[in-house]
Amino acid sequence: MTLRVSRAAAAVAAALLATAGAAHAGDGKLLLTGGVSSIDGAAGGGLTPWAVTGSYATTGEVGATVFVTGAKTGDYGLKTYGVAVSWHDRLELSLARQDLDTQDNLAPLGLGGLHLKQDILGVKLRVAGDAVLESDSWMPQVAVGLEHKRTDAGALGPTLFGPLGARRSGTDAYVSATKLFLAPGVLVNVTLRATRANQNGLLGFGGAQGRGTQLKPEASVAKLLAKNVAIGAEFRTKPDNLNRSVLGEGALKENAWFDVFVAWAPTKQVSLTAAYVDLGRIAPAVQPRRQTGAYLSAQLAF
Amino acid sequence: MIRMSRALVALSTALLVSGAMAQPTDDSLYRAWGEKAGIQAVMQDFVTRLQADARMAPFFKSANREHLVTQLTEQLCQQAGGPCVYKGVPMKEAHESMDIGRRDFNALVEVLQQSMDARGIPFAAQNAMLARLAPMHRDVINRP
Repeated sequence: MTLRVSRAAAAVAAALLATAGAAHAGDGKLLLTGGVSSIDGAAGGGLTPWAVTGSYATTGEVGATVFVTGAKTGDYGLKTYGVAVSWHDRLELSLARQDLDTQDNLAPLGLGGLHLKQDILGVKLRVAGDAVLESDSWMPQVAVGLEHKRTDAGALGPTLFGPLGARRSGTDAYVSATKLFLAPGVLVNVTLRATRANQNGLLGFGGAQGRGTQLKPEASVAKLLAKNVAIGAEFRTKPDNLNRSVLGEGALKENAWFDVFVAWAPTKQVSLTAAYVDLGRIAPAVQPRRQTGAYLSAQLAF
Repeated sequence: MIRMSRALVALSTALLVSGAMAQPTDDSLYRAWGEKAGIQAVMQDFVTRLQADARMAPFFKSANREHLVTQLTEQLCQQAGGPCVYKGVPMKEAHESMDIGRRDFNALVEVLQQSMDARGIPFAAQNAMLARLAPMHRDVINRP
């Protein structure tokens, strides 16, 4: 299923890119106004999508971005990479793959060295507003999006998709509103996500005792220090479907995510983002420490 | 109670009248740009770059340089809260014969940023000016 979806996405992306030959190169937007690549592949901040589309493609242009991101917390490591194609600053398609190295945290369960992986196919449509040109208006730029995720839990699968009652795939739906205050150089984004993902989907979707789809807010604020440097902070709330499970109350409790970041775009072709992330506790029954650490992301735009 | 309301009305009327009379124009941005001479220096640099930039030259190469500098200086001076009045052709009229998209408008902003950097305009004052100029896109961009 995922493979088929990925192939379809690749075909659509290739078709969109082909139309770029007739249009201008995707370089008509101002620096950093396409955001950076979020860990789920959509353009935004690092942990949450924004209403902006990726790349520097404005009206009449097609652009693409590729990214690779690594996050290293005290006891886990996350790698994610992907691609996004944007068409006329209107439509964005993205594809990302995540790989969480659980290191030896699951060794007590006989699952030392396990990697939890997922593929994410995203689509985002800008439906109203223009955060930059219409910054004198109170109307924010608004986009709606979907993120279809499919988890590969490896040897944890039989437990996760068995007694814990999670599903292998799920689709998040979100609406994002981005408001730029141009004079002070401040950007605010609020995203409301309908989701049942556990740890963003790396632990599947829903649970035997979990609630159904919930609406979860995410927020970002950023300030431009120079035209090519932004700093900011993000906060993302998440469901907690596996908090009550056969493993016991709180064994798989999850927390909100937080980060503070600095993004630097020396040119329109390259951006680098560094952050301090706090991913809360991950599977506290086996690893009770809060997972804080460093996040580094590189993006190339075409 | 009625007396108090009347007093409030009288007070607010007085405040409104004094506000209208004082008209305290905020010229802090004008001063941050170095007043008219500072604005003019940026505009001279700007027009030179506009006529040299591959993306902008098609729009500006045949323009009279000194006239353009004067018009732009008046316009930014007025937008910044300075004692100037732009007397040129209205923006919509001035641009309707040209085919201008978002890409072109943003390219012009990038050239202006180069000039502001070159003339040492502080970043906050750059953005404050861009925020006042951005609404002009409604009269300048004429291609959806």
